[in-house]
Amino acid sequence: MTDYLNALVVFANFVFVPALTYGCQLALGSLGVTMIYSVLRFSNFAQGETMAFGTVITIMVTWLLQSWGVSLGFLPTALLALPIGILVTALVLLLTDRYVYRYYRTKRSKSITFVMASLGVMFIMNGVVRLLLGPNDQNFADGERFFLTADAFRAWTGLDEALVIRTSQALTIILAVILVVALFWFLQRTKTGKAMRAYADNENLALLSGINPDRIVRITWIITAALATVAGVLYGLDKGYKPLSYYNLLLPIFAAVIVGGIGKPIGAIVGGFIIAFSEVIVTYAYKKVLTYVLPTDMAPDGLVQLLSTEYKFAVSFVILVIVLLVKPTGLFKGKVL
Amino acid sequence: MSQRPSNAPLHDNTVRASIAFLVMAGLLILIGVTQSWALALTILNLCIISAIMALGVNIQWGYAGLFNVGIMGFAALGGLATIIISMPPVKEAWQAGGMRVLLALITILATISAALFVHKLFQGKRLHGWLIAVVIIIGVVISRYILDPGVAAIEAVNPASTGYLGGLGLPVVFAWIVGGCLAAGAAWLIGKIALGLRSDYLAIATLGISEILVAVMRNEDWLTRGVKNVTGLPRPVPYELELQQAPWFINLVERLNSGSLAGLNSTDHTAVLQTLVVDSASIFVKLCYTGLFALVLILILQLCVLALDSPWGRMVRAIRDNEVAADAMGKDVTGRHLQIFILGSAVVGIAGAMLATLDGQFTPGSYSPLRFTFLIWVMVIVGGSGNNLGAVLGGFLVWLIWVEAEPVGFWLMDALTSWMGDGSGLRKHLLDSAQYMRVIIMGAVLLLVMRFSPWGLLPEQNR
Amino acid sequence: MTYLVGEGLTGGYGSGPSILNGCNISVDRGEIAVIVGPNGAGKSTAMKSFLGLLNLKEGKVTLDGKDITHLEPPARISEGIAFVPQTENVFVSMTVEENLEMGAFLRDDDFTDTRDQIYDLFPILKEKRFQLAGQLSGGQRQQVAVGRAMMTKPTVLLLDEPTAGVSPIVMDELFDRILEVKSTGMAVLMVEQNARQALEIADRGYVLVMGENKHTGSGAALLADPVVRKSFLGG
Ligand SMILES: Nc1ncnc2c1ncn2[C@@H]1O[C@H](COP(=O)(O)OP(=O)(O)OP(=O)(O)O)[C@@H](O)[C@H]1O
Ligand SMILES: [Mg+2]
Repeated sequence: MTDYLNALVVFANFVFVPALTYGCQLALGSLGVTMIYSVLRFSNFAQGETMAFGTVITIMVTWLLQSWGVSLGFLPTALLALPIGILVTALVLLLTDRYVYRYYRTKRSKSITFVMASLGVMFIMNGVVRLLLGPNDQNFADGERFFLTADAFRAWTGLDEALVIRTSQALTIILAVILVVALFWFLQRTKTGKAMRAYADNENLALLSGINPDRIVRITWIITAALATVAGVLYGLDKGYKPLSYYNLLLPIFAAVIVGGIGKPIGAIVGGFIIAFSEVIVTYAYKKVLTYVLPTDMAPDGLVQLLSTEYKFAVSFVILVIVLLVKPTGLFKGKVL
Repeated sequence: MSQRPSNAPLHDNTVRASIAFLVMAGLLILIGVTQSWALALTILNLCIISAIMALGVNIQWGYAGLFNVGIMGFAALGGLATIIISMPPVKEAWQAGGMRVLLALITILATISAALFVHKLFQGKRLHGWLIAVVIIIGVVISRYILDPGVAAIEAVNPASTGYLGGLGLPVVFAWIVGGCLAAGAAWLIGKIALGLRSDYLAIATLGISEILVAVMRNEDWLTRGVKNVTGLPRPVPYELELQQAPWFINLVERLNSGSLAGLNSTDHTAVLQTLVVDSASIFVKLCYTGLFALVLILILQLCVLALDSPWGRMVRAIRDNEVAADAMGKDVTGRHLQIFILGSAVVGIAGAMLATLDGQFTPGSYSPLRFTFLIWVMVIVGGSGNNLGAVLGGFLVWLIWVEAEPVGFWLMDALTSWMGDGSGLRKHLLDSAQYMRVIIMGAVLLLVMRFSPWGLLPEQNR
Repeated sequence: MTYLVGEGLTGGYGSGPSILNGCNISVDRGEIAVIVGPNGAGKSTAMKSFLGLLNLKEGKVTLDGKDITHLEPPARISEGIAFVPQTENVFVSMTVEENLEMGAFLRDDDFTDTRDQIYDLFPILKEKRFQLAGQLSGGQRQQVAVGRAMMTKPTVLLLDEPTAGVSPIVMDELFDRILEVKSTGMAVLMVEQNARQALEIADRGYVLVMGENKHTGSGAALLADPVVRKSFLGG
């Protein structure tokens, strides 16, 4: 019996909690892509770099605060810097909209033109991010490292294995829940949120109802900036800031959006968790879990890993392909041409 | 953007093109005179390869409006072809695990056919998807079971110098064709899945496949040696060392430089001749590459021009200019797009193989989306989407800027920050960051050209 | 002085040819004006010109004597013009109630009264208020569309084929509702394919062909005109 419990704890510790955390981060990132998609009607390839940019600004402000001796106790100081990161990112996104996308919007260009422009923005941001903070990894997490330590868990349960929850993981889950609830409240309950949905649903009719498209677009960018920055900072707190890893988030994010149904906020969240759990489940080495569960003589020799972690984006890709083949509108019937 | 309104200005392209290419030649000559001829030729060779890649992308974007964000993957497939075709086979590795690899390959093929069979048999029935999934999972498990020990054995064979299967030991030029075929195969697969859906989906799917292809090449050591790189790819042209010893070459150099050599005493004569031979050998090798590459470029360019003027080309352009109408007229839009996508990717694959050949090595770690996807896009857009000559010009010009931007950027930063003094941390940071400026500049160039000159330097000619 | 007047309207889409060629259309408060004509005659285009969705080359639009030719669409909505487009005239992913709410987007005051009036006018909408508009039948959707337009308490209601794709019974009901709307003192201008029934309730009728007024008169007069009957009402 304890063997099974131990196996369960190992599973929870190495698969469930990390996947849940990663899923929250993906969901936030995907929400940004889906919002842009439904309001501006293009797939924003700059989302990954936007996340990186927001994170970089937050890191720089964090360092500044730290140099002043400011801290948040057991919470990471980055939390205090986050609003400024969001603000700066929102400002930059509004500027890109003003000087890049708006022109194509007034010209009613095809969506692929927007996609290409977003690729240009992505590369500028890519350069700026490295210009600001260099190409190296940075660790900016401070405060208490663990929310639930291994010792505390063992003392509490008496098991051999321990479920460890890092502060960054707990923070990710809590912040993601708060943000998602706030976003849905905004979209469902406020006048502006409803106008945004109306604009996404039927642009011409929204205009006829007196909804100001420029305002809707601006608010969309600001929300995207907030979602992207929070997602990026949480990802950075959780796994350390690596510039390239934000570019690599692009594929899982797109996969999540399409799996859930493009343009559907709820779809982006579900999609994020589907991708995250698939990725972690497929790339986890089950040797330890199996050693507990199976009789001693059947214990596996190898790692029992379905796919090595280098191929983790293959998981997103395969899921993406399956969805495109089987149900291109995604789980929640999003838009498809 | 790919749609050209009927009232867009008609430029006289021949004059523009001649001037543009003359300017290009002038720039290269300038580099030759001020920096060195070897450098000018190196840049020229890479310009030609870039031009071919841009041509491939132009086929997809300019002819059909297909947005391929996975150029890197197709180029890397071309590079892979050079290993498979030209490297000598590693006999011990084949003995150690070759059979298992082949068997695993057969298992995978069998799995695919089984999955297709199940798909046909159970189409529309319940459990259809699950049955296919079961077949694929069983197939994957079996092939992994066969493959894994084989891979371990192969990678254990003399890992410092081989540790992989090697290739077929054929002349490397064949790899250019095979590289094109590999890229075409990958394009077929992606096109089958993503074409006919929203245009963004192709972009996302190509982004995915290219990341996966490069990940495979980085991690499957038995195939590519992974990050240990495969160096010493055989060349289609002579080696410098051979040339330096070849009497005919020494005689040639002596004859060409008879003017400057005359009047030197015999010891000086030998020494000067020696350095001349060394320099000339390097230039000669580069010229050989230039000739070969130029041949390929002209061939592909000619084929592109012919194709665009054929009935097929007219249909393709008709589809691009009005997809809805073409669809209504019963034209198979998706089928045509698939052809174009495959053709364009094949051209990129060929260029990828040529690049690995020129480098003389295959380094999976060097494939970055920045250099291999984005830069090519800038070339196509700057050159003039839809115009073949424009793509070539874009390839030349943008590559030149890309290469020269780093030293110029560094020099500029250095000059601008020199007042800070050498100890300054900020100055060091700015100097270190000069390389990122060129990424930013390229992004800005893309956006500016898209906005202010959407038809590029050489706009597509109305016919 | 007629309430809404379009005079010598001439213009087309973008830089294309003129679709409207000097047509005159007007409607007063407490009246129904109906535009009929063959497909592609420019009926919808004429409606759009009243809303400012079209660049007029010539002609002018006045509302209650005030020149609104150069006002942007949102400003015209504030002036009291409401428009129900021919197609895609509801927010399909939003509930009936949210659709009405969006109709009142420009209003800052309490619009529950207006909403309740619309629910009284279209009882089915009250019943389905929490259902998505995309899940309603065609006739119900048209009611949502009209209701949405009326949320601004407009003085002019422009309806582009409100009965398109609606069964004869529902059509009669819709016309009854439109008569009720008119009786509140609103000016109703509508385009109709069901020309005969529409002209029956029309105070003014316009037959538009190639962007020009072919026939003009009261609804009854047009119905009685043998030429109009023969060429536009099918005998
Ligand atoms: N958005 C547009 N852009 C360009 N041309 C348009 C546009 N909308 C309509 N047209 C053209 O204007 C002409 C008149 O169209 P309009 O929609 O006004 O006709 P209509 O009288 O309403 O016809 P129907 O009875 O079919 O609704 C048509 O030839 C049409 O092709
Ligand atoms: Mg119409």
